[in-house]
Amino acid sequence: MTDSRPKTTVSMTINGAQITADVEPRMTLLDFLRDELDLTGTHTGCEHGVCGACSVLLNDVPIRSCLMLAVQANGERLTTVEGLSDPDGSLSLVQDCFWETHALQCGYCTPGMLIAAQALLQRNPDPSREDIREAISGNLCRCTGYGQIIEAIELAADRLNQRTGKAAR
Amino acid sequence: MKAAAFDFVQPSSLDEACEHLSRAADDPQIIAGGQSLMPMLAMRLVRPGLVIDINKIETLSGVVEQDGGVTIGACTRQTDAETSPVVSGRLPLLRKALRFVGHDQTRNRGTIGGSLAHADPSAEICLTAVTLGAKITLTSAQGQRDLAASDFILGPMTTAREENEILTAVSFPIWAADGRVGTGFQEVSSRQSDFAIVAAAAQVAIDDDGICRRAAVAVANATPAPIRLTAVEDGLVGQEPTAAVVDPLLPSLESVLEPEADLHASGTARIHIAKTLVKRAILEATEDAAADD
Repeated sequence: MTDSRPKTTVSMTINGAQITADVEPRMTLLDFLRDELDLTGTHTGCEHGVCGACSVLLNDVPIRSCLMLAVQANGERLTTVEGLSDPDGSLSLVQDCFWETHALQCGYCTPGMLIAAQALLQRNPDPSREDIREAISGNLCRCTGYGQIIEAIELAADRLNQRTGKAAR
Repeated sequence: MKAAAFDFVQPSSLDEACEHLSRAADDPQIIAGGQSLMPMLAMRLVRPGLVIDINKIETLSGVVEQDGGVTIGACTRQTDAETSPVVSGRLPLLRKALRFVGHDQTRNRGTIGGSLAHADPSAEICLTAVTLGAKITLTSAQGQRDLAASDFILGPMTTAREENEILTAVSFPIWAADGRVGTGFQEVSSRQSDFAIVAAAAQVAIDDDGICRRAAVAVANATPAPIRLTAVEDGLVGQEPTAAVVDPLLPSLESVLEPEADLHASGTARIHIAKTLVKRAILEATEDAAADD
């Protein structure tokens, strides 16, 4: 038995591309990204705002996509983990640093961690260790124990500062 | 973990929103930042027939200083309040409290009004509103009314809001110059930014001789709703708030707190934590006032 409701047409910019689609009101932004747009880089974790695996950038600030309805994203600009890498598909500076310091094991939390790291470095190119810990405090990792993730973000900040004047990517 | 089906409207005016809300047959629910409602929808703890999104009502966002107070629109994001120069300058206690509210990702969506309307007993924004005696504004198709925060928050997730009312704003009083004002906010939680096991807030005004002229002290999550500690406040006024003055006031908490035991702490532990945090918050506020030139 399904109790479906009339769909609403929404349009938004995702990773630079204009998207128009019909969505049911109850669909979360997370399910919309994954199930309707095949943007499966954004991970489904707890679905109630605890784990941070579904983090995306909404108008450049990090949010949890499981805690927003797809209809609420109408007219907004989103960046998912797919939008972090360079246009040719090569890893972004932050992604490269995660790879280099082995900041992931199973990879489940990684998209959310990358989004949190990217948002932090855009706002604060020279974060302290404490700033980094706070920036990823809303993201749960159950394998690497956070140490290497913090190291990766520190490395990314160092490299960014070496290329002063450039944006965080 | 998927919400049951509902209809959705996104009004652009408050009148329109009130009109939708007055149709009780649709079992409407208001969504602002969604940081509490979305999990409740996903877990099907609520099954509204209609969700009314108030994010597009422009008059509900913003921070303004007026009539000796700071009025914050219900839809103002927690991040925007945190970075507001008016909040930093005039409501330093709220600024301190917001550092403990959720995480970056939730503060970027979560609203000041949403946290008040949800009334979680551990919520820092509710604690700050009760500490400072903030005024909550509720609007319906029939008109508008104001309630003191302590009359608005009745218990865990329970408020005096009627079903046809929207929480539209909260106004915090700014203390007139009774001396130098200092603030303290203390919290114990299992992780940084997690739900408070217990939280305490204090605001004091200290005169040139170091004597406390005015005090507001409250504690959260050791009673069903945040509570002002009037016996502690009365004991501080006219005194220099040192540890020696604060210590004898702390046993008064035992008669007013009614802590519940849960996975994180027993009732006895909560009373102990509350006393410790109240003392720290008062001393932090006193030090803060001395540092404020």
